[in-house]
Amino acid sequence: MKFQKRRPTALAALLLTATFAFAGCGGDDSGDGGGSSAGGDGGGGDMSVTMLPKNLGNAYFDTSTDGAEKAADELGAEFEEVGPDTASPDAQVQYINTVAQQGKDALIISANDPDALCDAIDEARSADVKVVTFDADTNPDCRDLFINQATSEGIAAKQLELIADQIGGKGEIAILSASANATNQNSWIEMMEKELADNPDYADIELVDTVYGDDDDQKSFDQTEALLQNHPNLKGIISPTTVGIAAAARYLSDSSSKGKVALTGLGTPNQMREYVDNGTVTAFALWNPGDLGYLATYAAAALVNGDISGEEGDSFDAGDLGSFEVGADGVVLLGEPFTFDKDNIADFDF
Amino acid sequence: MSATATPTAPARTYAAYSAPLWKRWLLTRETAVIVLTAAVILYSLANVPNFDGPLTMKFLLQDIAPILLIALPMTLVIITGEIDLSVASIMGLSSVLLGVLHDAGMSIPTAALLALLAGLACGALNGFLIAYVGLPSLAVTIGTLALFRGIAVGLLGTTAITDFPDDWSSLATGTIGESRIPLVMIPFVVLAIGFVVLLHFSTFGRGVYEIGLNDEAAHFTGVNVARTKMVLFLLSGVVSALAGIYFTLRYGSARGDNATGYELQVIAAVLLGGVSIFGGRGRLHGVLAGVVLIGVISSALRLESVTVNVTNIIVGLLLVASVILPSVLGWAGSRLPRKASAAPAEPRPDKDAATADV
Repeated sequence: MKFQKRRPTALAALLLTATFAFAGCGGDDSGDGGGSSAGGDGGGGDMSVTMLPKNLGNAYFDTSTDGAEKAADELGAEFEEVGPDTASPDAQVQYINTVAQQGKDALIISANDPDALCDAIDEARSADVKVVTFDADTNPDCRDLFINQATSEGIAAKQLELIADQIGGKGEIAILSASANATNQNSWIEMMEKELADNPDYADIELVDTVYGDDDDQKSFDQTEALLQNHPNLKGIISPTTVGIAAAARYLSDSSSKGKVALTGLGTPNQMREYVDNGTVTAFALWNPGDLGYLATYAAAALVNGDISGEEGDSFDAGDLGSFEVGADGVVLLGEPFTFDKDNIADFDF
Repeated sequence: MSATATPTAPARTYAAYSAPLWKRWLLTRETAVIVLTAAVILYSLANVPNFDGPLTMKFLLQDIAPILLIALPMTLVIITGEIDLSVASIMGLSSVLLGVLHDAGMSIPTAALLALLAGLACGALNGFLIAYVGLPSLAVTIGTLALFRGIAVGLLGTTAITDFPDDWSSLATGTIGESRIPLVMIPFVVLAIGFVVLLHFSTFGRGVYEIGLNDEAAHFTGVNVARTKMVLFLLSGVVSALAGIYFTLRYGSARGDNATGYELQVIAAVLLGGVSIFGGRGRLHGVLAGVVLIGVISSALRLESVTVNVTNIIVGLLLVASVILPSVLGWAGSRLPRKASAAPAEPRPDKDAATADV
């Protein structure tokens, strides 16, 4: 097809310019509509808090954001959640930079990398943003406070307490762990062994075996079966890993041992709901991410208001959760792990 | 090729050159992108809170620096009608190599040099398969996208290396003196000048366009098609590795999944900047404006706290529109001015020449 070339090109260029200009305005207009309120709040002298989880669309962080939002409402602070789609540190850096540009008062972040984010966080802090980490910490010297969900001692003690309660304080128990060299699990197991040996309350409880399911569903399932066969008198299983406890619960709920062998450990409500409802599991532990977000927001507010500076020994009030004290290295401990059972599991969705 | 102008005609009638110079310079796709970019920047300055803040330019330029860098060779590659999808994987691989080699005790310059060489090797593999074996670049670079990424992730697993010396990472995050312009803009400007000369002011560059228009014809006019393509993929590999090194130092972490998906941002910016995906058409200034446009839109929307998904939707729509609109407008334009062109301003042979030029 032959057609005159030059004029259409010129026309196309002009129209393209116009269309693009309109398209650009359109895009910005929609953005402006959403952002004008934020700008207004920012100028009003109210506190503004940004929450940056590891990634969006993660039920665990949705729960912590709900908690943080509740706290922000109580404090009258402007609150917003931003985050990348995938949990990578470079994606978080852009959001940290944006918070610095916006001049927000505080940033609450679950760090995707302990070191890589420090430069960006330093820059935000030099723009007067208070930085509180929760769930996953950065190096202590690059943030103001870390809200720790639970200590190893607390996790170990809680699991023993639950299993002792469920088996009536005596009998054989076993541990179904993650991999044999998992740092967290090993330190908990070590503390549990020590506690079993030292604490007179647990004198009648005997730890007969520790097996490893490698955080693999099928392997954990098989190891549970093997445990029950090798130890016919087994009364209880502790699985301090979310994959392990769910696989063990699945095995127990279909076996003749259901209701006879107690199971507890660290699990998430969504994975365990079925087994709590059908009676396989009485109670299990984890922290409450909602409380974690709630506490982090109150801690950020206390920093922004100048109530605390993040030094060891500072204490601040955190609404419904009561009063908290800053520990060594700027760590605030949420408390002992939260126990999920039939009565409260319906309140959680993560 | 030859114009049909008669010896007596005072002006050139070769269609592409028959318009006045200013028209040929201003009424172009590149100008449209530049004007749009300027419009979006002005709009953002006026309407987006904090966009006029002191940190914006620094962060914006730092964010788009890797894309600016890779867009330079990518423009040339796409003008030849080929494509390189493996650039982000080469970035990831050079990032991991920098980390692993530094961790093994090498100094940063040595590790960076080896990472650049690895990028060159990656480009050589692409170039060899495409230019000399004659395989389609789409298939080859999809394969090497997976291959290089696989090697990168395989070398480091899911761990990250983060202990880079401060003086090197502050080079990547620092600015020129007291200004707000990041240091990384210096190597970029040097490279950009080099690529502009290469593409627009050298016989090599004319060969690049000719290959994109018709590689058979290019071959018969004396362009060494295979060598040109080989050189372009080598450049693409080594610049991607450079971008990977910058990325690693800026974010302070070497990970196997670094820069995943960057190839799409680079290609989107190149196409938005007016380079034809079919080859043979496009200029570097349009591409650089395209990169800045995407960067400004993302930055402004992030400041407005719009989620990354919305940003992706807008950039995606803009890209689709930029690919579709020229065809639609060309079609519409070919209908409208027909009556106008009935005026005696344009002699008939002119049009035939124009068509031949396409």
